[in-house]
Amino acid sequence: MSTRLARGGRLIDRATAHEFTFNGKRMAGFAGDTLASALLANDQMLVGRSFKYHRPRGIVASGAEEPNALVNLGQGARLEPNQRTTTTELFPGLAAASQNHWPSLEFDVGVVNNAVARFLPAGFYYKTFLQPRAAWKHLFEPVIRASAGLGRAPTEADPDRYEQAYAHCDLLVVGGGIAGLQAALTAAGTGARVIVLEQTAHWGGRAPVDDVLIDEKPADHWVAATVAALSAMPNVTLRLRCMAAGVYDHGYVLAEERVADHTPGDGRPKKRLWRIRAAKVITATGAIERPLPFAGNDIPGVMLASAVRDYIVNWAVSPGDRVVIVTNNDDAYRTAIAVHRAGLTVPAVLDARTEADGDLVQEVRSLGIAVHLNRGIAKVKGGRRVSGVAVCAQAGEGAVLDEIACDAVAMSGGWSPVVHLWSHCGGKLIWDEAQAAFRPDPQRPPITHDGQAMVAAVGSANGLLQADEVLADAIRAAGGSGPAPKVHAPAEAAMVPVWMMPQGASAELRAKMWLDYQNDVKVADVQLAAREGYESVEHTKRYTTLGMATDQGKLSNINGLAVLAGSLNAPIPQVGTTTFRPPYTPVTLGALAGEARGEIFQPLRRTPMHDWHQAHGVYWEPVGLWRRPYCYTRPGESHADAVKREVVNARSHLGLLDASTLGKIVVKGPDAGRFLDMMYTNVMSSLPVGRCRYGLMCNENGFLMDDGVVARISDDTWLCHTTSGGADRIHAHMEDWLQCEWWDWQVYTANLTEQYAQIAVVGPSARKLLEKLGGMDVSKEALPFMHWAEGTLAGIPARAFRISFSGELSYEIAVPAGQGLAFWEACIAAGKEFGLMPYGTEALHVLRAEKGFIMIGDETDGTVIPQDLNLGWAVSKKKADFIGKRGQERTFLASPDRWKLVGLETLDGSVLPDGAIAPAPGMNANGQRNTQGRVTSTYYSPTLKKGIAMGLVHRGPDRMGEVLEFPKIWGGVVKARIVDPVFYDKAGEKQDV
Amino acid sequence: MSEAASALGNASFEGFATIREIGPMGMIALRAKHDLPQLSAALTAVLGLGLPERRRILTRGEVRVGWMSPDELLIVLPYGDVAATVAALTQALAGVHMLVADVSDARCIFRIEGEKAAQVLMKLCPVDFAMLAPDELRRTRTAQVPAAFWAEQGGYTLVAFRSVAAYVMGLLTHSAQPGSELFPG
Amino acid sequence: MLILECPYCGVKAEETELSPGHEAHLKRFGPGSSDEQFESYMFARKNPKGVHFERWRHTYGCGKWFLAARCTATLEVFGTYPAQTSEPPADIVAKIKARRPNWEGVK
Repeated sequence: MSTRLARGGRLIDRATAHEFTFNGKRMAGFAGDTLASALLANDQMLVGRSFKYHRPRGIVASGAEEPNALVNLGQGARLEPNQRTTTTELFPGLAAASQNHWPSLEFDVGVVNNAVARFLPAGFYYKTFLQPRAAWKHLFEPVIRASAGLGRAPTEADPDRYEQAYAHCDLLVVGGGIAGLQAALTAAGTGARVIVLEQTAHWGGRAPVDDVLIDEKPADHWVAATVAALSAMPNVTLRLRCMAAGVYDHGYVLAEERVADHTPGDGRPKKRLWRIRAAKVITATGAIERPLPFAGNDIPGVMLASAVRDYIVNWAVSPGDRVVIVTNNDDAYRTAIAVHRAGLTVPAVLDARTEADGDLVQEVRSLGIAVHLNRGIAKVKGGRRVSGVAVCAQAGEGAVLDEIACDAVAMSGGWSPVVHLWSHCGGKLIWDEAQAAFRPDPQRPPITHDGQAMVAAVGSANGLLQADEVLADAIRAAGGSGPAPKVHAPAEAAMVPVWMMPQGASAELRAKMWLDYQNDVKVADVQLAAREGYESVEHTKRYTTLGMATDQGKLSNINGLAVLAGSLNAPIPQVGTTTFRPPYTPVTLGALAGEARGEIFQPLRRTPMHDWHQAHGVYWEPVGLWRRPYCYTRPGESHADAVKREVVNARSHLGLLDASTLGKIVVKGPDAGRFLDMMYTNVMSSLPVGRCRYGLMCNENGFLMDDGVVARISDDTWLCHTTSGGADRIHAHMEDWLQCEWWDWQVYTANLTEQYAQIAVVGPSARKLLEKLGGMDVSKEALPFMHWAEGTLAGIPARAFRISFSGELSYEIAVPAGQGLAFWEACIAAGKEFGLMPYGTEALHVLRAEKGFIMIGDETDGTVIPQDLNLGWAVSKKKADFIGKRGQERTFLASPDRWKLVGLETLDGSVLPDGAIAPAPGMNANGQRNTQGRVTSTYYSPTLKKGIAMGLVHRGPDRMGEVLEFPKIWGGVVKARIVDPVFYDKAGEKQDV
Repeated sequence: MSEAASALGNASFEGFATIREIGPMGMIALRAKHDLPQLSAALTAVLGLGLPERRRILTRGEVRVGWMSPDELLIVLPYGDVAATVAALTQALAGVHMLVADVSDARCIFRIEGEKAAQVLMKLCPVDFAMLAPDELRRTRTAQVPAAFWAEQGGYTLVAFRSVAAYVMGLLTHSAQPGSELFPG
Repeated sequence: MLILECPYCGVKAEETELSPGHEAHLKRFGPGSSDEQFESYMFARKNPKGVHFERWRHTYGCGKWFLAARCTATLEVFGTYPAQTSEPPADIVAKIKARRPNWEGVK
């Protein structure tokens, strides 16, 4: 059993006990524990079930590489699935629950998968696709769906806050072990701005656990002194609990800080995403120990040798009274020493090598611990917990030579540098024969904007496992030259790669050698994939799911590809490794979203009258990022009813529209007229001062992109109105041409869209209202149709434009935005006697459709030219050039065979479905029905009391009176007659009164 | 005549920094080539301030002139002085190719105050604050919207578009929450 | 995520402050041009693996368009310069040639 030792534990505070629960069972740990160390201290070795076979799973590792010990953490809204116990700090009241089992952790019916494991081989999922479809639908899919998935998704909204922050530095050091701290110290001494990130809650990394002596003292002393020195430097920022997730182009690094993970609900942001720009990055990310592939290496109690050491030294947790060590290197002997020092028993060290006589080996022998060479584990005995190991010769096929009773196995297959961050942005790897690992190739680093190396790997991350080499490497990489601190390090003999134990293991044993613990990928699976023709490591990964579990292959990667290489009879570097992609460990979605939630999920643009609309029954319509009133409902009124009422009232009495979102761009300068003649299809330079003209803008391809009324303000100044969604786009379009093509033209533009509130006063009583507000002459004589004038209205400075998008007598009044609400309220108050009602965008649409006015985005879709919309009158034939003129000259755009704008009137008075398409006889090349037209705008017209529509129809204007059939989605057709698109006041008398 | 209203009615928030919507504030956009000899003279005559260097903002009392681009300046001044200043600048620059526009109502303006004011903006703007000059006018992005800010006694002044004033207030409020200091202590 | 220095305001802007604007140094073909000329102007865009000239706008800054010479494969930036030029400046061409001896030059 695992238990808490009476003494020791460099990271725990025995004076501060924390109660927590696991699967509802009350347990206790100490401040400084991880959830994993606390569980082990409570003899909770069994923590989960594997993904496919639901085999019992225990804690294997002590850090971010842990593949098994994932839990549902927290409850209710704070439930988080798949939290790694080895990186979760214990806090009072923590509640964790195991995952991927039913009905309980101890008894799981899914374990039947284990019994039928030979029917669930590599590529099982893909193979099920090849079965008869019915088998997939009725047999495999339900079973897979029921058993798939690890954690449980929370059902309530996340109550925590998240945020992001930007940081800049000359050097970012990732990793707070001795390599990272030394590199930071060296670089900071030169005055460089340095940021150091450490993913755990503690500085120092492995050195203090591994008995490293620096300057004759335990590494802890050097770490404390170095951290103190760095903390005192104003050019250094130190961050614990901050995981560098990814390295991107030009020194961009994303890091996730666990601000309040361990203090939930204290009001601080739970997590913070740092968006760092570093001139250079040093990865001092250490190395991860590899498991050894032997049969039963997944049984709870089999752990990484380094993890066993960590639990004993850092948290005073014994993983078992009798710990068998199995290794191919000297480093694991440190674990034997640590176990022995803790007063526990090491029955044997099984060393796969044929010779071992390094300092550490000798020290272990001198402690009286049995060291057996050329030995391996044939099989681990036990079910939910290790009970012993069967010993075999590593060189053989697994004949059992001996059996040793034990309750834990500490395994070490060597160390793999953590090369993830190095690789994210293109850093290449080389195969290190001596360590049997990939390490960064210093000749092929990721490069940055100036072509220089962006990342340097130091220390163990650079393949250097000895503390003295690590510190010297850190100083060198940080640009220092001085001597490294003096390090006492025992001499270590070479490791010998072991990719299978024993090397000639039978098929039966190979089927129980786990590579990927969480995804249940075994040596036999990778070998099967190779036999089935998978030669690429990327394909094998996807076929077998090797390395695709939540640990992303941190433990399984090298072993898996070594097995693949062995099966393919190819050298490991030739097989290569899979691509490392961010994030290094999972980043919570909340941190990626940052502040962008709820009210500030995205910018919501409000007009000056927004709050008034809100208070008066508005139903909002999103228009780009703007919110515009769709209609204003009265109690008991449907939206459709409200729209009808608003339309009828505007036609019969007086309507008020918030048109503030319309773009308003001032164009000024000696060349402004010439410029606008290029921007618009029609002529704007000839517009007299005081007049307005409707204009069309096309892109260079000839297609209609925006429309609006242009007013000539003065001799050298025009005001261009754009569509609501178009202000920024059209302003940018103008600036693009001015800056990049006609940079010698003297023209300035200014986007004044938000400077003004714009209010359309619409209806037969419009003039009466303005006259009542008073301040300027708005008579027909003083301010005729398509003119504008400046003055004051209701005491507010105003520009009045006599333009109409409704067909009624209409003024658009622009006032300073800060007085927009005041003007609006003045209109509302003064308009009572005229029956004034505000109306929304839907009434606006109905009013314009009744008049046959087009709307950008309804009648246009990026493939429509003005001529298609019968707007050829607004396309100048005289101008030598304008944007889009050359495009429109192409034969297919000039062809009479275009779909053109017409009105559509249903024979039964119903409303045509929006977007409905009229089929034509015959089929096209794809076997689809030919088409001859489509509906672009369709409304119920309260004025005409029937459905009206506009559409684009093949040669439409030549086919007046013809009846088209529009199929409805759910069957049946609607018949509609092609008519003039102007349904109301064809002569245009009402707007010009 | 009604009083001009700021976008949020001078809303405020007390967090680890103080956020205040101020205004209405007078703002004038002046577009002209900076190397025009008349420009510097006009600024001096009308505002008592010269032409700012690239990315700098000059201050004299309640009046500021900031460098927005190679052919644009931002003049910040009391709201009530805008009309007269526009007229004076227009007159001083008569015959010169330029554009003067009152943009006071197109903008919202905030003060972020307190020792840790920079930390509020560090959460929202991709800017290296340590490298900013004391009198720098920085145009950038505040989360998802354009903004410009400069340091002023006791904090920063930030300008954004009026329509997104509530969004910007929301951003600043979120970022200034007590306990969320980037550098506690 | 790229960093490009705006040649107008000197800000080392990160990509989120910029808007991309496709290939630089296009020659406009308007009325009177042949179909082939118009097609090449409108649609035929270079997409090299290697040295490329692009338009970028400092959207969240000074609002100005500028041009950038960079390597699309390594993201190395050779330089940025104002948009009011019809061909890459000599110093940038020299820098590219120094860094990429096999570069075929501006075509």
